[in-house]
Amino acid sequence: MPWLSILMAVPVLGAVGVALLPKGSDKLAKQVALLVSLVVLGLTVAMAVQFSPNGNRFQFEEKYSWIPSFGVHYGVAVDGIALVLIALSAILVPIVILASWHDAEGAVAAPVRDAKGATETADVKTEVVPPKRSAKTYFALLLVLEAMMIGVFAATDIFLFYVFFEAMLIPMYFMIGSYGGVQRSYAAVKFLLYSLFGGLLMLVAVIALYVVAEKNTFMFPELIGAIQDPTTQKWLFAGFFIAFAIKAPLWPFHTWLPDAAAQAPAGAAVLLVGVLDKVGTYGMLRFCLELFPEASKFFTPLVIVLSVVGIIYGAIVAIGQTDMKRLIAYTSISHFGFIALGVFAMTQNAQSGATLYMVNHGFSTGALFLVAGFLIYRRGSAQIADYGGVQSVAPLLAGAFLIAGLSGLSLPGLAPFVSEFMVLIGTYERYAVPAIIGATGVILAAIYILWMYKRTMNGPTAESVKGFTDLNGREKWVVAPLIALIVAFGFYPKPLLDVINPAVDKTLTNAQVTDKQPVSTVAEKKGAGQ
Amino acid sequence: MNGGTIEAPTIEYALLAPMLLVFGAAIVGVLVEAFAPRYLRKSIHVPLTLLALLGGFLLTILQAVRDGVPTTPAAMGAVAVDGPALFIWAIILILAFVSTLLINDDEQFVAQAAAVPGSTDEEEAVRSGYAQTEVYPLLLFSVGGMLLFPAANDLLVMFVALEVLSLPLYLLCGLARRRRLLSQEASVKYFLLGSFSSAFFLYGAALLYGYAGSLDLKAISAALGTVAGQDTLLFVGMAMLGVGLLFKIGAAPFQAWKPDVYQGAPTAVTALMASTVLVAAFGAVLRVFWVALGNLDWDWRPVMWGVAILTMIVGAILAITQTDIKRMLAYSSIAHAGFLLTGVIATGAFEQNREALSAILFYLAAYGFTTVGAFAVVTMVRDAGGEAGHLSRWAGLGKRAPVLAGIFAFFLLAFAGIPLTSGFFGKYAVFSAAVAGDALPLVVVGVVTSAIAAFFYVRVIVLMFFSEPAADGPTVAMPTIGTSAVVALAAAATVVLGVFPEPVLNLADQAASALFIR
Repeated sequence: MPWLSILMAVPVLGAVGVALLPKGSDKLAKQVALLVSLVVLGLTVAMAVQFSPNGNRFQFEEKYSWIPSFGVHYGVAVDGIALVLIALSAILVPIVILASWHDAEGAVAAPVRDAKGATETADVKTEVVPPKRSAKTYFALLLVLEAMMIGVFAATDIFLFYVFFEAMLIPMYFMIGSYGGVQRSYAAVKFLLYSLFGGLLMLVAVIALYVVAEKNTFMFPELIGAIQDPTTQKWLFAGFFIAFAIKAPLWPFHTWLPDAAAQAPAGAAVLLVGVLDKVGTYGMLRFCLELFPEASKFFTPLVIVLSVVGIIYGAIVAIGQTDMKRLIAYTSISHFGFIALGVFAMTQNAQSGATLYMVNHGFSTGALFLVAGFLIYRRGSAQIADYGGVQSVAPLLAGAFLIAGLSGLSLPGLAPFVSEFMVLIGTYERYAVPAIIGATGVILAAIYILWMYKRTMNGPTAESVKGFTDLNGREKWVVAPLIALIVAFGFYPKPLLDVINPAVDKTLTNAQVTDKQPVSTVAEKKGAGQ
Repeated sequence: MNGGTIEAPTIEYALLAPMLLVFGAAIVGVLVEAFAPRYLRKSIHVPLTLLALLGGFLLTILQAVRDGVPTTPAAMGAVAVDGPALFIWAIILILAFVSTLLINDDEQFVAQAAAVPGSTDEEEAVRSGYAQTEVYPLLLFSVGGMLLFPAANDLLVMFVALEVLSLPLYLLCGLARRRRLLSQEASVKYFLLGSFSSAFFLYGAALLYGYAGSLDLKAISAALGTVAGQDTLLFVGMAMLGVGLLFKIGAAPFQAWKPDVYQGAPTAVTALMASTVLVAAFGAVLRVFWVALGNLDWDWRPVMWGVAILTMIVGAILAITQTDIKRMLAYSSIAHAGFLLTGVIATGAFEQNREALSAILFYLAAYGFTTVGAFAVVTMVRDAGGEAGHLSRWAGLGKRAPVLAGIFAFFLLAFAGIPLTSGFFGKYAVFSAAVAGDALPLVVVGVVTSAIAAFFYVRVIVLMFFSEPAADGPTVAMPTIGTSAVVALAAAATVVLGVFPEPVLNLADQAASALFIR
């Protein structure tokens, strides 16, 4: 069965169906979108259980000639790394759809604030609430985005990867630009131009790769080892890496992210930070390391420095934020520093940890953004100072926020802890000093999360918060699966690691790196424990 | 007479049939103007023009399918109907056909060109429902010239073609129904600058004749190796010829006419110019520089590098400051001419030339359709004073007319070269040819300017979709069947070439397979 093609076709057809619904059927559009995304999730699960971690590297392969003149194939397949990221996307989309139920309705959020007198309501309204837009379009865009997210991780043809890499900007651009906050068009344009610029540099590298390799194909497996000349490798690496570093985003290419994430509706922000940005770190792991092993080693010190700076910088700047969504965006910059650090530390532990982190970060940041989104929906403001004592009026909401936050600071027992720990251990094997400096990011994380929690949830109940309702049924359904996953993978990450580890092995082999250090690894300990 | 006989030239009528058909129809059109009653003219002209263009297209296809590509020039070596020429003919004829559907719209053209703007004569003309139906034969003459221009194998024939294609366009530019002074100004500017460039071309041709002793492209190419001591003639001639040709494609620093003319001309004519003229002119540029001066590429390539870089930068950067949609599209067209020039420069061995040529041909096809579609949308967005050209008037169009704005956004994304649009593959093809042709720095400039260009395309999308509509914003005119057909066709072409480009890539490849015949 062409699983991956079906996974992409279903959301695309769903999007067309949603878009073709008659005017005024917004409710039906949401239901159809949710149903479609659940079908995709079901299919993904059905595919994932058939995946054999120790079988061929790439499974569910499909390969058809697409543009013979350019040597381009429609080539899709998954290895363990791609599989977990596709699963992440498939899990997040239905949750995001459910969470975005009222996002397109704009002014609906107003009633809670009416108690505070007309003038302030008006102020608040202009500050955050976007005008009413077509819900149909929003959910159609979301489904198109889902298809492209699956495509970008599944592509084994570099040209096809590039096509998805660029094309997926467009639905996200419209989601931010049409449905975001007050400065949405600025944020959307900044997001698009940054990404396009990186993408175009990558295009040059893609073309040059094809020309230099002289293999007459873009199929990734055939291009491994095709470029031998170190200088060429370095230039091509730079082309790919800058694109991925902007996408991820790595310090100092990060400035678009806080704007985009803060202005995007909460659901879109989850997909932006949770999945789209992973394409950057995924690209580093998959393409940079394997296609240009020499250059990767050459640039490793630089990347590690950037990552560590990103970890610390993101965390410190996050502490100073007054806007919840911006704060969460900066924490992500810190976390992406960890992921990039893990990718370039080039040890089994660090890379497995980085891959696991990509998944866990999707869940934990997703939960944080969504719960913050519920808060903002109630109050109409993203300013931390506008809240206080929410715990006493909406305990469930506060509790969900706390768990999501604690997972963000990598509390042991919650999923991100495992991955962060693996990254730090794995990095320490090779680069002790960066690992030690990076570890201080964990402490800073406690500051920004707990301080935000304290200011919003504890203390005297703010006047404007008094009318808050607790999580309703829909919102519980949004939060519950995420928290369940965070806790489950916190205690038992083995199913994910079993899938990821063999894939990372292959990556390291192709990147011509071996774990030389005799330090016993977490993976080995796990093996010993069984 | 001294008793000698003048041999009648041999003409391959079958080969030249598409061109002859178009010219013939143009002459019939003139006769219609002279003899048919006013109320009948338009209903004769429209089918006549469309049929002539369609017929020309079918004859071109027939030629390519039945007889294959000829290997020797026709008409005593004056016209080379080779693969690239046939491909370019087919594109020009389709695009002209599509543009004719746009021209078939009374709102576009002045009632009586001779009436002074704002005079009582003008009011009188409008009241009596006059229409300047000469538009159709003029268009046909111009298209005939465009067919001859890229196929001319002789500098003199090429000059004649240049004039035949340009003169009707100068006139057509001045026929806008609204803002007539702007339109007439555009016409005069285009005429003056165009005449200058023609003079340059002619002078260059004369100097090259002085150098090579022939105007035949093949003979000039042959002379490059044999004639010595005449280099001044050669280089000055080449430079002047280059000025004339680069003017037509709107390459910097000869681009100044483009924004003014595109803005002032009736939008349907702009659509025709922006698509077909660019295609024809690139055909001629390629023929002159690759056939006649191909062995001299070490000499002209550095200059062309400069021109290409300047063109891309000027086009992309000046477009940012534009506030009129047609001017913006004009600068965008300049930037695209720059991207195409990177392909012209990517010469090398036979295989390399072939790849570059097929890339350029594909780019021209892709760009032509998107351009016609974009201008067709521009004709539909109107307010009380005619077309709403100022960008601020486009704010919130996505709310008023979501489908139309969506299609226009799609065209803009195609111009920006986003994957899954035809523009992406065009750009990809040209850039990859340039990389293979050792022009990597040029490609880097190309992608950087593409990123800059993306900014102003995206800005229009922001205006249309993310801004609130102005209270007295423009309305979207109910499109005529012709206009909607144009938009639909252009959108379909942009999608299909963006998802399944292979058939057209293949065609372009076959057309380029033997390069130009000499």
